Amino acid sequence: MLAVQAEKQLGEFAVNVSFTSDTAATALFGPSGAGKTSVINMIAGLLKPERGSIILGDDVLFDSATGIDMPAWRRRIGYVFQEGRLFPHLSVKRNLDFGRWISGRAKDPKQLDHVIEMLDIGHLLDRRPGKLSGGERQRVAVGRALLMQPRLLLLDEPLASLDAARKREILPYLERLRDEARVPLIYVSHNAAEIRRLVSRVVRLESGTVVETGGIELLDGVRTDMLA
Amino acid sequence: MLELSPQDWTAIALSLRVAVVSTLIALPFGIAIATVLARASFWGKSALDALVHLPLVLPPVVTGYLLLITFGRKAPVGAFLADHFGIVFSFRWTGAALACGVMAFPLMVRAIRLSIEAVDQRFEHAAATLGANPAWAYATITLPLALPGIIAGMMLAFARALGEFGATITFVSSIPGETQTISAAIYTLTQVPGGDAAALNLVIVAIMISFAALLASEWFARRAAARLHGG
Repeated sequence: MLAVQAEKQLGEFAVNVSFTSDTAATALFGPSGAGKTSVINMIAGLLKPERGSIILGDDVLFDSATGIDMPAWRRRIGYVFQEGRLFPHLSVKRNLDFGRWISGRAKDPKQLDHVIEMLDIGHLLDRRPGKLSGGERQRVAVGRALLMQPRLLLLDEPLASLDAARKREILPYLERLRDEARVPLIYVSHNAAEIRRLVSRVVRLESGTVVETGGIELLDGVRTDMLA
Repeated sequence: MLELSPQDWTAIALSLRVAVVSTLIALPFGIAIATVLARASFWGKSALDALVHLPLVLPPVVTGYLLLITFGRKAPVGAFLADHFGIVFSFRWTGAALACGVMAFPLMVRAIRLSIEAVDQRFEHAAATLGANPAWAYATITLPLALPGIIAGMMLAFARALGEFGATITFVSSIPGETQTISAAIYTLTQVPGGDAAALNLVIVAIMISFAALLASEWFARRAAARLHGG
């Protein structure tokens, strides 16, 4: 279970959120500029809240009252960035292996094969990120985050930079991820149609605060971007 | 064809050795200072920046003089290094390498600093979420991404070291076989009546080495850039 209670002033913009998540997949939903990315950056440890606490399972990741602030690299929280953010100087294979390699864990060919098969990226292993299509890049980014064996996987608008055809191509992989990977997901999106397909719980954000939480029925009243 | 005397060859070999050694020794310091200037913010940063750039704006003889009163055999730092580590600079080729390294340092730091500043720090954030602590993220992501600039910096330093004259001759004089680099040898030849013909050979060699170095750096930089962009 993830419990977030965090405040942060970012220039004119204030983020002040409080929510919990204990399902396999939770969406942070809201228009651009609602503070969704800031919230998951705080969960990942890339952005430090001014006040509040972030607790994952039995682990206190951040607590301003006791001064706890676990650095991002110790949190074991996977992060799929909007633009993939694959390391341009490393092959796909080394990108996938980076998390294992940098933490000095033993190789796990079974897990590697499983993730490669699940995301269907076996034919890309020797390429460099610069030679991948947008959809391939995002699948590799998902694989890279999964292979560091995260306790929680954050996906920040992983489809936003893709055209409609690519989105349709990737969504089934994300559904498999949700069903097979056994890692809780936080899925950030402003696209109601995507969220409907992937998650059962929705945290709706607007101008930096949580306006409501609940099931996907929350999406009904909201203008839906076309998942064309 | 070029008729080179044994003395010419000695000067050429010495110049190459001095330039290569000074560049390689300066490199770790250059990367460290460039990193600090690119990333850290602290009180006195502009003073450090100015200090690093000083050899670029000071007359080279002044830099040579300062090296002499700091690293000379009887000077404080020079005596300490000689007594404790057996490192002697005065009137040795090592002194020429030191002078060249100091003169080339600002150029090296500038190029490396710019390339480090150009690396998108979001890649380091991605590395952090994958479990890399800041030092590892820097070593495995930032430095490789800055490689074209690091190569350019090494190249500039090498070329500067090859051309260094004023600081070297002030600090360690111009001793054939020990501190007489190509530049110093050309200067010495031109001081002798009729020596300009012999000097011409070394001038041609200097042009050839510089030209080859530029081509090589261009090639390395292009290769490094191609690797970054999916080559």
